[in-house]
Amino acid sequence: MQIPIKALAALALVGLLAAPFAVYPVLLMSVLCFALFACAFNLLIGYVGLLSFGHATFFGGAAYFTAHAVKVWGWDPLAGILLGALGAAALGLVVGFLAIRRQGIYFAMITLALGQMFAFICLQVPFTHGEDGIQGVPRGRLLGLVDLNEPLAMYYVTLAIFLFGYFAVWRIVNSPFGNILKAIRENERRAISLGYRVDRYKLGAFVMSAALAGLAGGTKAIVFQFATLTDVQWQMSGEVILMTLLGGIGTLIGPVVGAAFVIALQNYLASSDFPVTVLIGIIFVVCVLVFRRGIAGEVLEFLRQKKNRSLPS
Amino acid sequence: MSTIFGIPAPALYGQILIGLINGSFYALLSLGLAVIFGLLRVINFAHGAQYMLGAFAAYGLLNYAGIGYWPSLVLAPLIVGVVAIVIERTMLSRLYGLDPLYGLLLTFGLALIFEGVFRYWFGTSGKPYAPPPQLTGAFNLGFMFLPIYRGWVVVASLVICLGTWLLIEKTRLGAYLRAATENATLVQAFGVNVPRLLTLTYGLGAALAALAGVLAAPIYQVSPLMGTNLIIIVFAVVVVGGMGSILGAIVTGYVLGILEGLTKVFYPEASSIVIFVVMALVLLVRPAGLFGREA
Repeated sequence: MQIPIKALAALALVGLLAAPFAVYPVLLMSVLCFALFACAFNLLIGYVGLLSFGHATFFGGAAYFTAHAVKVWGWDPLAGILLGALGAAALGLVVGFLAIRRQGIYFAMITLALGQMFAFICLQVPFTHGEDGIQGVPRGRLLGLVDLNEPLAMYYVTLAIFLFGYFAVWRIVNSPFGNILKAIRENERRAISLGYRVDRYKLGAFVMSAALAGLAGGTKAIVFQFATLTDVQWQMSGEVILMTLLGGIGTLIGPVVGAAFVIALQNYLASSDFPVTVLIGIIFVVCVLVFRRGIAGEVLEFLRQKKNRSLPS
Repeated sequence: MSTIFGIPAPALYGQILIGLINGSFYALLSLGLAVIFGLLRVINFAHGAQYMLGAFAAYGLLNYAGIGYWPSLVLAPLIVGVVAIVIERTMLSRLYGLDPLYGLLLTFGLALIFEGVFRYWFGTSGKPYAPPPQLTGAFNLGFMFLPIYRGWVVVASLVICLGTWLLIEKTRLGAYLRAATENATLVQAFGVNVPRLLTLTYGLGAALAALAGVLAAPIYQVSPLMGTNLIIIVFAVVVVGGMGSILGAIVTGYVLGILEGLTKVFYPEASSIVIFVVMALVLLVRPAGLFGREA
């Protein structure tokens, strides 16, 4: 069975465009921001094999930059988000430069520790306002034209940013650069012996991932009108790992599915008494033990096997 | 009042002592992490939670069973060790042979569960745990007063670190362990029960974390968050020391603890990130860590 990719994509796009009329727009915007964040994270784990445990740095750092630029300097929201993404890319360059010196679990621990260092800095420096965070960020008018306080307008801007980011990930993965990244993931030594300067490719991928995570974080700061310490702390890094793992590492759609699932779950549990972290922990354990492909990964595998079975033997 | 580098001497000694005590916990925890990592190739993210469980086990034994500090010093690590053995048998053992990242993610999930459950039961406020009567009061060292319990923690952690090091370097069990670290298949072929060795190692590592938790209970308060706050620093310590090295874990733990204490005297704002700064510098110069081997 051939999966009709184009038809599915068109259907998904129509669904996303119509969604705010059926579902609470703020919830949808939250899903879109975190889905983009998870896609950015998946670019590293899924296509380069690097588990970054400090991606909250780029998400939350960008949220601070955007919030500050828009609120204090009175920037246009789009310019603010752009600044957030650029700032995150700069942070990514520093963290990536240090972290790519080691691989695997070392890489994870180093990114985690550097991320925590950044969280301490955010607690100390004056412009982030410590425990309070930057609150009451005005959404303003996009390019002076569109009033973003209108939920629908804000939703479509968020959707456009998400689609841009998603397309960017798709484009990166399906480029010669992306193929080299996959080669590094599969066999780093061979890639080196083929003459690729592996460290540069890894750093490049890290910076791109950081910039996209920053795009998500900056957008989040405009959507929710605040940036706080929660965005930069390691629990946030853990959450994005969970979204990707649950949705399916190394699939393009997986992080989106995972983000939607986790956000919906948190939203649902927020009103109940049940501690959310316990459930998140349980999902982690179950995913790792029996469900390593994730939701999208399992579905794709099922379709692949079905396709293989229908071939004449 | 005498001063050293313009700092009142008692303040300096006091911070060095605090640094030494923090360093004791860094050393104990990174030692356990190193032992587990050496054989199982698992970064035990649940290590902080196991430390917290140790403290809560002591708290629970005292408040629900009337069992005091001294028996808890043995019982709490035993309880946590048994829990860890169950975890290793039922969950971790299924992940050997896969990418080590899955071990990290599994133990991360376990840490979230433990901390979430204890936060649900006990809230986030700390519970006091009194030191045993034999160890209350303070020594007069001439230049400063040393609370006896704090001195005891430093001595106890040194003894435990030394004991673990001797166990691994000088005993037959330790020799099996070191050999299995190098080549598990070969050691198994010689008739050593490697799966049991893995289970025991994980139990031992977790018990060490729990023991640190019991030692910490009278100093810091018993709180569900105590492990979370510590584990990231311990990871940084481990990166600085070098992942494979037990000696590295111990030495780096004490040194960085004292360094942190000294920073608190000379430049307090930087004290919470000095360890991470050291980590970044070490990574620039020696990516494998101070005592580690290049992989």
